[in-house]
Amino acid sequence: MADRGLVAHLLRRATFGPTSAEVDGAAAAGVESTLAALLTPTDADAGAAATPVPRLGPDPYSALTRGSSREERQRANQQRREQIVTLGQWWVVRLFAAEHQLLEKTVFFWHGHWATSVQKVKSAHLMLGQLQTMRTHARGDFAVLAKAMLRDPALIFWLDGQRNTRKAPNENLARELMELFTLGIGSYTEEDIRAGARALTGWTIDRTTGRASLNPRRHDAGAKTILGRTANFDVDSYADLLLAQPAHAVFLARRLWFRFASGQPIPTATEERLVAAYRPGRDVTAMLRALFTDEAFPATRGHLVKQPVEWAVGAMRQLGLNPTRLAPEKRRQLLGGLDGLGQVPLRPPSVGGWPAGASWLTTSSIQVRLRLAAGFAAEAGAAVLDPLATGSAEAKLDALARLLVVNAWTDRTRVALTQSADEPRRLLAVGLVSPEYTVS
Amino acid sequence: MDTVTRRKFLIASGVVAGGALTAGATAYTLWDILATAADPRREPGARTLVVVTLYGGNDGLATVIPYADPAYHDARPGLSYSAEQVLRIDESTGLNPSLKGLRQLYANDRLAIVRGVGYPQPDRSHFRSMDIWHTGSPERPGNTGWLGRWLDTAGGDPRLAVSFEPVLPPLLAGETSAGAAVAVSGFKVPRGVPQKALEALGKPSPGEPSLQARASACFAELGKVDEMITDVKEAAAADDADSDDDTPAATATGGGRTPLAAQLELVAQCVEAGVSTRVFSVSLGGFDFHADEKVAQERLLAVLDSAVSAFVNRMGLSERGQKVVVLVYSEFGRRVRANASDGTDHGTASNVLVAGPHVAGGRLIGEQPSLTDLDRGDLKSTIDFRDIYASLLSDALGADPGRILGGWTGRMSDLLGKP
Repeated sequence: MADRGLVAHLLRRATFGPTSAEVDGAAAAGVESTLAALLTPTDADAGAAATPVPRLGPDPYSALTRGSSREERQRANQQRREQIVTLGQWWVVRLFAAEHQLLEKTVFFWHGHWATSVQKVKSAHLMLGQLQTMRTHARGDFAVLAKAMLRDPALIFWLDGQRNTRKAPNENLARELMELFTLGIGSYTEEDIRAGARALTGWTIDRTTGRASLNPRRHDAGAKTILGRTANFDVDSYADLLLAQPAHAVFLARRLWFRFASGQPIPTATEERLVAAYRPGRDVTAMLRALFTDEAFPATRGHLVKQPVEWAVGAMRQLGLNPTRLAPEKRRQLLGGLDGLGQVPLRPPSVGGWPAGASWLTTSSIQVRLRLAAGFAAEAGAAVLDPLATGSAEAKLDALARLLVVNAWTDRTRVALTQSADEPRRLLAVGLVSPEYTVS
Repeated sequence: MDTVTRRKFLIASGVVAGGALTAGATAYTLWDILATAADPRREPGARTLVVVTLYGGNDGLATVIPYADPAYHDARPGLSYSAEQVLRIDESTGLNPSLKGLRQLYANDRLAIVRGVGYPQPDRSHFRSMDIWHTGSPERPGNTGWLGRWLDTAGGDPRLAVSFEPVLPPLLAGETSAGAAVAVSGFKVPRGVPQKALEALGKPSPGEPSLQARASACFAELGKVDEMITDVKEAAAADDADSDDDTPAATATGGGRTPLAAQLELVAQCVEAGVSTRVFSVSLGGFDFHADEKVAQERLLAVLDSAVSAFVNRMGLSERGQKVVVLVYSEFGRRVRANASDGTDHGTASNVLVAGPHVAGGRLIGEQPSLTDLDRGDLKSTIDFRDIYASLLSDALGADPGRILGGWTGRMSDLLGKP
């Protein structure tokens, strides 16, 4: 029997919000077996199977021609926006339903890492393609993921890679590849960026088929000197060169630590252990395992603020609120709430990814959380509410902590909860907005 | 984690994007700021500085245009503007056709344009270069912003330095104090959670993790709901809708979600009310046009133009507004030569705008850097941005620039006129 507080901490970080039953199961199974189920699940994911990717239909742009009228273009734009909403809603449903939660959370991490926004890409098809690429390669060799992402039409379009040609290279993708995706700032020079951009020249996107391909006539096949090495670098050899830099493993360790463990700097010894686990196969799963089992991990409780998607999906999981069963109106409110909280899936605010930590904690976000929490509480069923309506106020507070997988309430929050203990829905709403539930 | 540590970490992580830093326990409501109106401690002649940060690297050569230079047209076929298209300032310089309001400000001596502004060994990363401008220390962007350090020397009251963004921009974070991030939307507490519970959740609890304490502090701020004065117009909500046409967008690199005009509307109301705030920070993002720049850049400059010119003109109408100085800058300009995508890559030196009812306007300050004598394809700066900071610190804020800018001695004299 593992320590319940410790497995709860692990599950809060490795899932979009564990239910109390899941914590009970993990405590009984032990840490090692829980980790194995999270990191390398062997069973089929019935939740994912029940929420297949949406059929978007054809991209309305592919039917447009130069001769299309203004009305036809407007209609196509409108259909595209609807497809984007459909995809975003589906993703939230998938996060809720999936059993392989760490896979979903890792895909979400990659979404914030290769942070591509549909605001510029404007195509649900390309965004879905990128999600599938990140899902397929989420947990294996990072080199495979990186090479697939460098061929990903949405990423290429987001960073103007299709405009990057032999005659005049465009640096946007090469710069962010080194700065934000693989090495981190300070590990390369401006000359490396210019040469790197040349290695990435020639990729084009067919907007009708949504495929990227290399056009040899636009590609600069000549010699380039990058990071002190001279060769006829192309996309793959350039990626290999970057990933062979010592700075790369350190960079990725820090990014994973930042999102899965703590907003405080990673301890040096921990960093070394993560790097050692990652090499030589650039094994993302091995690095995650090292992170979750590191001696520094248990001390990171309370070091993260739940991202808005994590907060909302976690609440729905714990309350058993299947978003597909919500009225369409309520589902729209949910996505509107995520917008108010600053985290609409598929729309990161910057190529640098989502905000973190105290950035999520503002007076305006509290107001949105209050509205969403009241909405969730209004939808809660008897199975959730009954334990919150039974026994003494003390017992109700304990039941609420169990439901929401909060280790303990502070005295301050006990006061707030006790005032609402006569009304279970109100009690639930206060719990969902409480500072204890806001952090992870 | 305390403000300083978090800031350090954010810099190390390379993901600052201007605004990853929030005010620790120093978030204020608009009401708190307006409550300082007519503070007798405010000196009668004291200026107010409004800093407009343009995120993404605004293309200086598409803003203040050396239209008569053949090298300009050679470097930017497809992106350049002819002598007939620019809003001419003199026989070699003109403004982007979108900047009609700024052109009028220039004609009215309310706008000075400083050219060739940069810093040694320019960094072309958005995030690092913006850190450098925020901190005012190119050699080693530390963990405090230049106006945060001013705030430290000015007594540390957060209400002296205000941002109307949900998160505090790093330039307002000091060593011992930080400016106030002020929520712009009105407070509407939904039914379902009683006011008393909210107040209870806002009480600090000894020993709790710092982020949990911060979450609690947000409730304490909500407690002031009922006191909110009603004659302050709410800022327009962020207009985040996708454009309906096929105009390409830039890769996002940060910047305010609240429209610039709405942020400046709040600044105007605060200034007119006579608040004690001496520094306001506002921002506009979306300038990172690596492709299809021309039309989109014009559109974004038009947003800047209408917001800033309306603000400056409005400030000219009141005694308090006369003392306002506006600084407009971006983290870098862009490469002289256009890329093949009809866009431009990250560059170096660019223009800084200084505007206000009483600045030494109607002037071009500094030379346009050569378009042919380049540093690896980029303009060579001739003026260090710290000269401008130093003059604003001394002439607008009455502070000792050397103390705030690490002993920097450069100045740009006579930037401001007499109010």
